[in-house]
Amino acid sequence: MHKLLSGIAFLSLLISGCSSSYQKDTSRLDLIKKRGELICGVSGQIAGFSFLDNDGKYKGLDVDICKAFAAGIVGDAKKLQYRPLTATERFTAIKTGEIDVLSRNTTFTLSRDSTGGNGLSFAPIVFYDSQGIMVKKESNIKNIQDLKNKSICVGSGTTTEQNINDVFESKAIPYNPIKYQDASQVSASYLQGRCSAMTSDRSQLASARSGFPNPAGHIILEDVLSKEPLSPASDGTDNKLADALRWIIFTLITAEEKGITKENIDEKVKLAKNNPQLKSLRRFLGVDGGLGEKIGLRNDFTINVIKATGNYGEIYERNLGENSDVTLSRNSNKLYINGGLHFSPPFN
Amino acid sequence: MMRYKRFFLQLIIILLFIGLVGILINNLIINLIRTDLGFNFYWLLKPASFALSEHALPFSPSDSYAWALLIGWINSLKVILFSLIFSTILGIIIGLSRTSKNILIKKISSFYITFIRQTPLLLQLMFWYFVGFLGLKNKFINFSNILKINTQGIEFFGLSLTPEFSALFIGLSVFTSAFIGEVIRGGIISVEKGQWESFRSLGLSERDGLIKVIIPQALPAIIPGLTSQYLNLAKNSTLAIAIGYSDIYAINDTIINQTGRAIECFIILLLTFLILNLSITNLMEKINKLINKKQIYIN
Repeated sequence: MHKLLSGIAFLSLLISGCSSSYQKDTSRLDLIKKRGELICGVSGQIAGFSFLDNDGKYKGLDVDICKAFAAGIVGDAKKLQYRPLTATERFTAIKTGEIDVLSRNTTFTLSRDSTGGNGLSFAPIVFYDSQGIMVKKESNIKNIQDLKNKSICVGSGTTTEQNINDVFESKAIPYNPIKYQDASQVSASYLQGRCSAMTSDRSQLASARSGFPNPAGHIILEDVLSKEPLSPASDGTDNKLADALRWIIFTLITAEEKGITKENIDEKVKLAKNNPQLKSLRRFLGVDGGLGEKIGLRNDFTINVIKATGNYGEIYERNLGENSDVTLSRNSNKLYINGGLHFSPPFN
Repeated sequence: MMRYKRFFLQLIIILLFIGLVGILINNLIINLIRTDLGFNFYWLLKPASFALSEHALPFSPSDSYAWALLIGWINSLKVILFSLIFSTILGIIIGLSRTSKNILIKKISSFYITFIRQTPLLLQLMFWYFVGFLGLKNKFINFSNILKINTQGIEFFGLSLTPEFSALFIGLSVFTSAFIGEVIRGGIISVEKGQWESFRSLGLSERDGLIKVIIPQALPAIIPGLTSQYLNLAKNSTLAIAIGYSDIYAINDTIINQTGRAIECFIILLLTFLILNLSITNLMEKINKLINKKQIYIN
């Protein structure tokens, strides 16, 4: 009993010791600007989204989003620190303030967005994904029914784990989930033959397959298990930061819509400055209207963002386009004018 | 006068301690409010909505989080108990081999101990799992239907164990056995040389002498070391998450992600581990006392 009591006392010491000092009224946005550097949480393990390239630099769509944030808030895409996080660590890292922004293949869901759940705030969706199942071609598995009583490798602590259960339970198909904490272990054990199938977001399956010894030997089933809208997240109590992040993402989408690219941005700025009748372009590029100030950024933040990463289409092409290592067709990730889902509210 | 002074000092220390704990708990509560997380355990009764591949009691995704945690504990206890028994047996063999007169046996066991103790446990678990089991592909190791080992795990007299459980069980047992071996060797060496000479002069065989004379005297030195190895074993079992075994820690991990209740989950985890390890300590203390009593009786 004596030991138990002292143990509990020690435990409470440990837990309370972890928490950082109490700050409420200052927005994280001001803190980032004061610090002159953005701390961005990434995965670091998913080709095409965030991974270390041969030079030891982070690359990918999620990483470019981090760069856009740094360019928009601090004014320089290089003023950026990456924190590789596991699926489990990621939300705690935001809530404890270890990172400013999370840009890590995170699915936008109600429980994560709500104060009663994980208490986050989500920026606009940067990638429309869906969950799929990958099997070996030689296994002759054609659909979900064929996976009855088979083992399926899945990453733990993800929405994937819940979705696969929802689908299989609703169709009353018994299955055997083998869970790993790490995406690379899911692939390794699937390749070694522990599981008949592996499940994840389609983008991640494609990205994992690109690293397999024989990519053509694996197929992704047609069955769509769930919607997986991936979006960056920040602390739900900090509206000022959330606003800034939201409009930096919209900047990328609007820039593509207006045909503004990394190459022609200087031209476009000159064009806007010389032509007072181009009202909408002038507002977007911060020549008129003072829109940036309203969300706590510089008025010309859009210029910095576009100079750093280019528009959304350029980011997509660079990381997931035809000439990249992980090729994923754009489908839902096209702009709404081209039949996709990306749409930005107006910069007014 | 002296007594009052001492009493006063104690009082101050206690007050300081209570004050410190109070400040820290206050800090925790403020931070919980700040992060909007709140603090309650009602979510434990909500349906878990995840499936588990390994469960000793019936489990379906509609069962509660509390039930899932219980299943996790059963899985953990299962692997801890099995490894505890097996590593003790293996450890005794290794420990005795280390003190053996046979040079070959001595060298082999000392190599075993060196090799196992100098490599990280996580690495060894990964090795047993990815190389040891999954690396088998579908080449069976099959001993006349009694023992089968393949990618799907171990089958022993019709009892089938998953590769995750088997790898964790073997990995933990092998790792802990090397430490237990050293504890046992230490205990045996601690017995005076004279005791060996005396049983030999009494005409007892080496084996009889070891069992009847040396080991009973070595036990008081062995038990405390053994206790700490058992505690380590219990704690190390949480590495299960690395190789996909659904132990308490892995299940906790999933629950934290689904509910966002990291603090409550870790409190449950830490408290239950504390209880488990305190039980192990208490049990070993009882055994120790029992042995010491007998010792006095013999003397």
